[in-house]
Amino acid sequence: MNSIGENCNDLKSRYDACFNAWFSEKFLKGHTDDSVCKPLFLSYQKCVQEALTLHKIDVIDLKTNHINGTEFDKPTKSNEDNSSKKEAES
Amino acid sequence: MAKYYENSTVFHYNMEQIFQGFWQRYPNPYSSHVLSEDTLERQVTREGKLYSKRLITKTNKLPKWGERFFKAKSVCIVEESLIDLKSKTLTTYTRNIGFNKIMNVIEKVVYRSDGPKTIAYRSAWIDSQVFGFASAIKAFGCERFKKNCQKSALGFNYILGMLFPIQNQYANIVQHDVAQKFKEAAKQMSEHVKEQIYEASHYNMNQN
Repeated sequence: MNSIGENCNDLKSRYDACFNAWFSEKFLKGHTDDSVCKPLFLSYQKCVQEALTLHKIDVIDLKTNHINGTEFDKPTKSNEDNSSKKEAES
Repeated sequence: MAKYYENSTVFHYNMEQIFQGFWQRYPNPYSSHVLSEDTLERQVTREGKLYSKRLITKTNKLPKWGERFFKAKSVCIVEESLIDLKSKTLTTYTRNIGFNKIMNVIEKVVYRSDGPKTIAYRSAWIDSQVFGFASAIKAFGCERFKKNCQKSALGFNYILGMLFPIQNQYANIVQHDVAQKFKEAAKQMSEHVKEQIYEASHYNMNQN
């Protein structure tokens, strides 16, 4: 699958290949050390972050995590209030 | 009030196969609306779960009346996911970014192991804050969402079939079996109807 940044496709496919191998051969077998693909991930990220800026994607909105350790937030009134607050702050 | 929708899908693959296939879902023959997919964050949590955040961009096909609300040709979707090997679950939380006031779609899917199968429980909240058009936009959003759910399940099954072909043969046999049974039932039904028509005409003839 293509990356949002055309020039990131090569970096992405190298990282994806590394991740898929790590995921099946290590993670699913109980090994949680994920450092093996880190260098590839970092160079891929550098490229993607530039592409996000280029595409004017709201990076603040991207950073909001809806996962809280183990559970996901359910969309409630208070969440909406939080997100509108964040928008106001930015 | 957000419009709420839920459904569930059975996948004839075990949880480990679902875990592996999940990262390789795109592209597939049913995903022509998916333009790009990127991983933005990934980490193993202290509890040993795998958290990932991906950005997916999709085309934004709209009916004519909707074009004045959405100018964008594509939409951005953030997919957060958590893989828990202990409880054998995969939870995804997906939302659109930008245009949230016009149409906001939040989807939560929990894939749960069920012996050799996996069941995906999906819930979605679709909301709009456009004055006077909110209910029309929500209804449109809900219908488009349902269609995309079908595409997503078909696409995921396709990829799973490519990755784990033996299972796929089995799935085909099952499908074939169902189709065969359906044909037989239809045949019986038509024979039954024919008999009834024959009896009825006979009855009418006797009446006459």
